[in-house]
Parts: sequence; C-alpha cells; structure tokens
Amino acid sequence: MKNEKTDYKNIPGWGMDIDPGNEPTYPMKNYTGDDHKRSVYERSNQQHADVEILKSNERPALSAVLGNTVPPSGISGMIRRYAFKHSEDRYRHWIPLILADRVNVVEGIIEDLSRGIIPNIFAESGIRAAIRHNPKGLLKKVIITSVVAGVILYALKKKK
Amino acid sequence: MLAMNYRGPYRVRTEQRPMPEILHPEDAIVRVTRTCICGSDLHLYHGMVPDTRVGSTFGHEFIGIIEEVGPLVTNVKIGDQVLVPFNIACGKCNFCKQGLYGNCHESNSMATAVGGIFGYSHTAGGYNGGQAEYVRVPYANFGPTVIPADMDPDDAVLLTDVVPTGYQAAEMGGIKEGDTVVVFGAGPIGIMAARCAWFFGAARVIIIDHIEYRLEFAKNYAKCEAYNFKSMADPVVFLKKTTDWYGADVCIDCVGCEAEGNALQTFTGKVTLMQAGAATALQWAINSVKKGGIVSVVGVYGPPFNYVPIGNILNKGITLRANQASVKRLLPKLIDHVQTGRLNPKGLITHRVPLEEISDAYHIFSSKLDECIKTVLIPSAKH
Repeated sequence: MKNEKTDYKNIPGWGMDIDPGNEPTYPMKNYTGDDHKRSVYERSNQQHADVEILKSNERPALSAVLGNTVPPSGISGMIRRYAFKHSEDRYRHWIPLILADRVNVVEGIIEDLSRGIIPNIFAESGIRAAIRHNPKGLLKKVIITSVVAGVILYALKKKK
Repeated sequence: MLAMNYRGPYRVRTEQRPMPEILHPEDAIVRVTRTCICGSDLHLYHGMVPDTRVGSTFGHEFIGIIEEVGPLVTNVKIGDQVLVPFNIACGKCNFCKQGLYGNCHESNSMATAVGGIFGYSHTAGGYNGGQAEYVRVPYANFGPTVIPADMDPDDAVLLTDVVPTGYQAAEMGGIKEGDTVVVFGAGPIGIMAARCAWFFGAARVIIIDHIEYRLEFAKNYAKCEAYNFKSMADPVVFLKKTTDWYGADVCIDCVGCEAEGNALQTFTGKVTLMQAGAATALQWAINSVKKGGIVSVVGVYGPPFNYVPIGNILNKGITLRANQASVKRLLPKLIDHVQTGRLNPKGLITHRVPLEEISDAYHIFSSKLDECIKTVLIPSAKH
C-alpha cells in the first residue's frame, strides 16, 4: 500500500480542538470534589426487582435502575449464583460465569426443543452470508471438518 | 415485536418477543429506527464476555422515536426522535456529576467495574439492547438526546458510540500540536480515532491493521498513513524506525481482546482463555510509544486480567489513559463537528441490512466479508 505525505493542516478541522491543558485526568473528569461525598447524592427512585438480580458483592445495594432480562435459571443459574458469592477480583467469580455461559447454550437448545422449535444452527450462524460472500472459505471449512471427523472416526474404529 | 436473540457463540437469530415495559418512573420506550452492530458486539457474539446469557438482545448503538414515557420523564416527549448514548447514566451520582457518564454508579448492580450498557451482557447490567423494534431506555431524562432536525439518521446513529469513542480515544491521548499518533486497529472506532487525531493538532497519524481493505478505507477516510503489520517483521521496530527510533508520541489501542499478530497472546488469550483475550495491540502500544508518551485504550478487554508489559509502563514513564466514552459529555461538540461537515460519520457505513437478516449481518461483520466496515440494521418500516 502506497502512503503519501499529507498536507495535514488542510484536513478539515485540523487543530480545532487543540487543548494545551489536556493533561492526564483532564478532561476525562471534571473534578468537583464530589468523590469525597461518597454516596451522598440525589438518587433516583429504586426500581422494584421483579426478577432475581445477582448483585456484585462489591456494592451494598442494588443500583437505582436494573436490567431485568434473562434471570438466572437451571444449572447455569446455579453456577451463576455461586459466582456472585465472590468478588469481581476473584477467578472464582469469572470462570464459573464463563462455564455457566457454555452450559446455558445447551439449555438454550433444550428450551428451543421444548417449545417445539428445532434450532436452525446453520442459519443462526449466517451460512447464507458465507455461501454468498465466502464460498471458498466455507468449502475449506467443510473439507477440514470432514477430514478431521473422518480421522477421528477411523481412529476410534481401529481402536475397537 | 421482532428482536435479536443470542443463542450461543456465533449463533444469533431474530424472533418475536414481548414488548418492553416501563419499569421505572424515569424510563422511556423507544421505537428503534436504526441500530448498528458494533465491533465490541463481536466479543459477545464470540462468547468472550462472561455472563452473556442465552436469550439476550444485543445492541448499544441505536436511535429511534419515543413511544412511551414514565411519569417522571420531562426532558423528552412522545414523538421525539432521539439518539441514545450507549452508556446508561443517571446524571446525578458523584461520577456522573464529574462527567464520567460511562462510569455511572446507579445503572449496574452486577459489576462495579463497568456502568450499565444497553445489550452488553449481564456484566454490564443485564439490559436488553437496541437490535430490536423497541427498547426500554432507563434514565430517559438524561441519556436520550433529541436529534437535530437537519441531521441524517445515519450520522445520528453513529453518534451513540463510534464517533464519541473514537474522539475520546484521541482526546485521552493528550495529543499536542505536531505529535505523531499511532492507532492500532482499522475498525470503525480506530478509523474514527485516526480521523479525530487531526482535530487535536497531530502532524502525523498512522494506522496499523492486517486487513488490507480496511487499511485502504482508513487511509482514504481518515487521511492517515496505513500499514499492514503482516508485511512487517516486527511492528514495534517498524514504528520505532519510522519515528526516528524514538517512538510515537501517542499510541491508541482500538482493538481490544481479539487482536491478532502475536502467537503467545493468541494462544493464552483466545485459545486457552488463560487471560482475558489477546492483548497484542496494547502490548504493541506500550512498546511503540516514546518515553513519557501516552497510551490511550478504548479497545474492550474482558475481566479479569491480561498479560501486558507493565514494567515498560514504569520504566518508560508512560501514562495509560482509558475509559468507556462519556458520550453525553461529548455530544454537543461532536454534533457541531458533524453539522459543519468536518466529520462524516455515515461515510463509515458500508452495509444496510434489515433486522430480520441479523444472522447474516453478524457473520459478514465478524468474518470481515464483502469489505464490511460498518453495518446498520434497519427494523421493518411497517412498525
């Protein structure tokens, strides 16, 4: 790729926002001293928690507003409840959450089937786009997957 | 209503879901007219962000029309066309009062290290996002901003995240007149950061990536130099050499946890998850900046930690600056830049896709097919 020298001062807007005072901490934070007032501020009304909310143990109470989507349930929910017994500092918080996410995928398929939906995993993965825009890549993936699966099956058969 | 539904890594679909409801007196319900897939949505899509629950709706970049408001909402009214910052902020807590709207203390119960974000896992509060026909918007007195009448909706939707995040990345770089700025990552945020670096008086802006079509796009859009790290033996040595063996004044990481280019980072971060993603871009930024330089980070990394050369931050006297963009703080200035034509956000959009085709849209963006830079999803007009 050829890069040419730019007459940068002619770029629209060049230098408009030059701020010699822009040193670390400013302007990310317009310091007012409010930090030292801790939690003394006008707070919005507390949203009623109508589903189970897993709260970080690094804060004393729920935030004023809450996301109430997809409450914990099933085995993944049990793992998530365990995770939230530990602070965000701990691996015991994050690793179980990643594990719960993977368990949740299986639960999602079971949930689909229980609702009479057969998940179209190929469509959900965007196979139409792959066929349209990357047929060679898709073919390569299919061949590699088939070869690997074939080798594994052959090895298993031989072992028997 | 139709909404995106996450079913697991690399699997999303749309389906009919219940309409959102007012759950708090300061809530609003917004009918979405434009929504985007963000590069950081791909971290969710790839299963990299802990506590991303099956059944969630993603989408933190959206605009729309106010359809319903709670009893305490006074700043917007039904029918207003609004752009909604990606961070959920109360505007009243001690952090919000100091302009740190990306760090609101009253929008996320589930983690203290991040404020609430629409459609960005339960780690960011468990809110549904805007990749749907309707979305619940908390703190409607503060977040939603009425779109100026003469503003193109495609420009407006990019003011919810891409433009402010790219701008703040440059702003946090503390760029001085005459500086050399290196941006890692030629995705939409990186391209915008490179474009905005000029506003602060940079004399040279360099963007580094490995996707050739993105580098070509970045070079034209951001008027910067663009280099493919795959064509270099060592990107850090290349950057030292091109800056008189000194290092850049400012390095900006716009890549985050799914970087390529370093086998050890890839193995430990993406294959074995021994760290929170591959921190290659941050490693290069730290090692490519001059002594006493500034590294600005807007690339998204998951918890709990990453392997980066912290010793070099000390030994080189580097200042590391990072944050989620404070969208609401930056909007007045950025709206002005857009309205006066200095910034052309919609120039980043390469794909407009009906919401119904979300599975294909994610695949195209994730796999970088069809020269995709930025995808806008459009919910059906009949709604």
